[in-house]
Order: sequence, then C-alpha cells, then structure tokens
Amino acid sequence: MEETHGKGPRYGMTIDLDKCTGCGTCMIACAAENNVTVLPDESDKQRNIAWMLLYKITNGKPFPHTEVSYFPRPCMHCEHHTPCVSVCPATATRMDPNTGIVSQIYTRCIGCRYCMAACPYHARNFNWYDAYFPKGKGLDKYLSPEVSPRMRGVVEKCTFCHHRLMRAKEKAYAEGRRELEEGEYITACAEACPAQAITFGDLNNPNHKVSKLAKSPRAFRLLERLGTEPKVYYLSSKEWVRKLADNYRPEELQPVIKTKTG
Amino acid sequence: MDSALIPKGVTRCSPGRFFLWTLPWLGLLAWGLVSAFLCLYKGLNQTNMTNYFAFALWIVFDLGVIALGAGAFFTGFLTYIIGKKELKDIINSAVIIGFICYSGAVAMLGIDIGQPLRGWFIFWHANVHSMLTEVSFCITTYLGVLLIEYIPIILENRKIEEIRELRLFGNNLHEIMAVFAATGTFLSFFHQGSLGGMYGVMYARPFAARGGFYIWPWTFFLFILSAIAAGPSFTILCTKLAEKITRKRLVPDKAFQTLAKISGSLLAVYIVLKIIDTIAWAYGIVPKAGLTFMDFYKEGPYGVWLVVAEIGIFGILPAIILLIPKARQTEGWLIAGCLMNCTGIVLNRFVFVVVTLAIPVMPFDKFVSYLPTWQEWGISLAVIGYGFLLYSLSYRYLPVFPKEKELNAA
Repeated sequence: MEETHGKGPRYGMTIDLDKCTGCGTCMIACAAENNVTVLPDESDKQRNIAWMLLYKITNGKPFPHTEVSYFPRPCMHCEHHTPCVSVCPATATRMDPNTGIVSQIYTRCIGCRYCMAACPYHARNFNWYDAYFPKGKGLDKYLSPEVSPRMRGVVEKCTFCHHRLMRAKEKAYAEGRRELEEGEYITACAEACPAQAITFGDLNNPNHKVSKLAKSPRAFRLLERLGTEPKVYYLSSKEWVRKLADNYRPEELQPVIKTKTG
Repeated sequence: MDSALIPKGVTRCSPGRFFLWTLPWLGLLAWGLVSAFLCLYKGLNQTNMTNYFAFALWIVFDLGVIALGAGAFFTGFLTYIIGKKELKDIINSAVIIGFICYSGAVAMLGIDIGQPLRGWFIFWHANVHSMLTEVSFCITTYLGVLLIEYIPIILENRKIEEIRELRLFGNNLHEIMAVFAATGTFLSFFHQGSLGGMYGVMYARPFAARGGFYIWPWTFFLFILSAIAAGPSFTILCTKLAEKITRKRLVPDKAFQTLAKISGSLLAVYIVLKIIDTIAWAYGIVPKAGLTFMDFYKEGPYGVWLVVAEIGIFGILPAIILLIPKARQTEGWLIAGCLMNCTGIVLNRFVFVVVTLAIPVMPFDKFVSYLPTWQEWGISLAVIGYGFLLYSLSYRYLPVFPKEKELNAA
C-alpha cells in the first residue's frame, strides 16, 4: 500500500452541483469511453455497471419549496488508506503513487468483492454477467481498443480514464516534454459535460483550475468525516446539498458556511 | 453386509436402514451440486447478490460454520495442551465436526468468488495488509491440520488397521498429536481473529468499524473469543444429537460438563467485552462519523431487537444457563444453553456480514433488501447434508467414541 502526499501530480476532479443539470451525459460518455458492458436486462439497477452514477437528491420539502439537485458519483480515488486497496487480498487494486489514481487489475481480481464491501460510495461494480455488447444495437461499434474489456466475475471501477493519461504522456514524450499541460489529460466525463460542471486536473498544481476550485469555500467532499480523503470535490452553495454529502448528528445541524454562488 | 468394517463390540443399524438415513442428506448434496454447477457455469447472476450486497448468505454461512467449527481446535487445545483428559472421549467428534465445517466453508468460498480458478492468486499476489489474505492462509493450512487430525481416526477402522504399516502410521500420528493441536490452535486464533478483523478494519463502514490494538481492531479479539465460546457448545450439540439419533450414550457426562462449563465461562467473558465494545463504538466511532446509535437500527427489519437478541437473549441467557452447575447438568437446559449460545454467535456473524452492507453510508443512498435464491440456499444447505453424511459414515465405520462400548454395556 503506497500513500503519497508528495510533489508529483495528484489527479482529481471538481463537480459543480449548482451547474449540473442531471442530463446524464457524463454517465454515457464514461460508459462509451471505457467499454462498459450492458446487462441483458439493464433495468436491474442493483447489478448494472456504472462507473459514473448520477444520484438525484431533493431537499425533502413539499411543493412549491421542493428543490432538486444531481450528484454525479465517480470513484473518489481516496487518498488516505484507500479503503478498497488495503483490503484486496490479491493486490488486484492499487493506488498509483505517482498519480494518485486508484486502478483495478482485472486479470488478477479473483472476484471476492471485499473491496465493494469496504467502499462506502458504491463506486465498485461486479461483473455478474458475461460482457455483452449487442451487435444489433451497434454497441460493438464504439468499443475502444485502448481499454481492456472485463470478464465475468471480476470487479471494475472508474479509472479516471487512465488510458487517456497514457495517451497524453506518450504524446508529451514524443514532443520531448516531461510535464503535461493543463487540459492535455482530462476524463471523458469532464470532456462531455455540456454544462462544464466537471473540472479535471492536477490537484497539486496551483496553476490548475481544479486545484483552485478545490480550495473554494463552496467545495466539499462526499463523506469527508470518514477520513478517506477523496480526490473528487463537489461545489455547491446550497446548504441542504452540502448537508446531504455527509452524516450529521442532530446537534451538529447548524448552517454550513454561507457563500455566494460563483 | 458391511459388518467387517464396523468397529468391534458396538452395534450399528442395518445397511438398508443406514442407506435410507443418508437419502435426505444425499438429496441436499444433490441440490447443492446442481446449484454449484449453475453458479460456476452461468456465473454469480444465479444468486440474488448485488453491487449493494457483495457478501450475503454464503459468507454468513461461512463465518457461522467457521465459528462453530472452532470446537475442534479448542477441544484439541484443552485435551492435548491443557491436559483435560476427560475430553479425550469427545475429541474425535470435535475433530470430525471441525473438519466438516472447514472443508464445507472452503468449498463454499470456491463458488462464492467470481473467478474460482484464480483462488490461488491470494497466495501468489498476497496483500499482506489484507485481513482476508491472513484468513485464506490460515484456513487453508488449518484445513490441512484438521485432515492430519482426522487421518488417525480413519486409520483406526477395523479393516484398515489390519494393514501393519497404516496402523503404525496412525499410532505415530497419535503420539505427536499435541504438535498438531498446538499448530491448529495458533492458526485458528489468527483466522478466527482475522475474520473479525475483516469487518473491524472497514473504517469507511461505521457500522462495522472498530478501534483496536496496533493493527488489530477489537473485532479481531471478539471473534476469537466468541468462536471459542460457541465452538465447544456446537460440539456438545452435535454429539448430543448423535446420541439422540442412535439412542445410545456415546460420551461420559463429565466430558459434556467440562466443555459446557468452559463454553459458558468464555461466553460470559465475551458478552461482557462485547457490551463494552458496543458502548465504546456507540460513543466513539458512531458520533465521529456524524451518526447516532439509532441511525443504524431504523432500516428495514434491522431494529434494536438485533442488539437485544444477540447480546441479551442469545448471549447473557445462555452464559447464565451454562454457568449454573445445576442447570447444565439437566440435559434440557444444557441443550437449550448450547443452542442459544450457537444462535447468538451466528446472529453476530449475520449482523456483521449482512447488516453492515444493508445500511447505506451516503445519506442520500437508499436501503436495499436481499433474499437468497434457491441456488444460494442449495449450496449452503449442501454443507449441512455433507456434514450429516460424513459424520454418519465416520460414526458407522470408525471408533469415534472410545467409551461407546463401555457406556452401552448393559
């Protein structure tokens, strides 16, 4: 298990929930980019595979005071004692100390699912069925040669489109550069979001937009109190949204930091 | 027909009757084999497990039988290391029960993992930080130890004993059994503990997470203690069941009483520590995660009744029953006490496996229910069928109970 808080890049993401319209483009882009299989019965939402999953949340108030927001949830790529990495018995998942990206070695995964039990975000999906890309629907046409498809019986998860990092690095190497420019490597969800709610980059690089956004007073993380140190930050100025991102005891229910939108 | 194989000086039912007795257990085994084939051939979509319930009935069964099978190593420890001579009359029974429990659990795990052919990757690509790695290492090696403990009993079969070399080999194994009892105790302490540790270390699941000593969460120690408290009770129950079915006395009462007393004492210590652990968790980990104790007991059927049942009805009560000499000397109370003890420990494992996963951690996540499919039941119940079969065969053809002849002389 390697944990690094060093000088190298720490890839991370911010998702502005006040901008997110819940259109689901991020989910589709992610699935298409990463050869995510569909189920014979895709209505089985407890078994389908979604590296990026959109949750709909409401403030619980009756009409006309009802407010709705959407919570896109990729893997959090937890920095501290990554819950899934520490428990995997076969070292089939690890956090890259050079990038902070938590990846899965599909051909090593034995399918015990301990990582899924340890992850509080439900960011890990098990392949309950054989990979299925129905030809009649054209799903086989978009299969990417850069991403290995997964076999039945293994766990898979968001990799921050790791193959895009490889591609960007190769390009930089060919051009004689050692560092990547901002925007040279971004995830498919960040690229596809029509509202530009998702920002991706190096959290350790103060010049990257993502590192500035992560320090915004509007920023918070999902289940931050557990101490997993997610590298995905959310942005919202709505108090009720921020409260729904973590658990609070009744006496703790005091107003969170009030800030202006923007 | 098979009289030449039956131990000398004891009576057994006719082969026909024995065959009829095995039929329901063979039926369970057949059900399990069909289920196992479907799960291996079609995949784990044959179960009702989901991305929410990554662990389910099989893991509850696994943890349950491994805890109950602790009677084998602990009785061995008491017999060969501590020197409780009266337990020599029940040790064979304890070893066979342990072997059934552990081999059954390992077979179930082989189907439970999504890629059974990669099971050996745990040893090859071992992650030394994972409690599950430790569990896998110790369970596999301990199953080997159990086999070594079982072999001398098999070699005592009348026909096998006629072969001089095998008889000598069996006798020699008997001589060094203390070494294997010690090895089994060492291995068992670690895997029973690591099974508990598996849950305690899941710090992002506040329901299961626990503080601890160095790298071991408190659940590590509680699982060891609960297993050695319940294991002897399960040995008593199975042996008493064998006595009821065969309508014979098989083990002197002294052996039952010694085991019951030890089981009750350990259960009492366990329950006190479990209560302290629950209070410390409720005032430590729970509020730190922004939750209250009651937040965990409002989802679906999982209410506070679970705590009352696990600690009170199936914890404190059996401890009291087994600790009172007059109560445990009455057969009815002894069986009730042991049964409640075992129920409590299985309930504890159920709570850690299923309730941990059933309670959503994200505030906006929803509660999802789970019911096993017939395939999941098939594989779980096959372990029971297999257990009855192996125990019945051992009882029929091997001198499992050294005092059987003496106790049934009249």
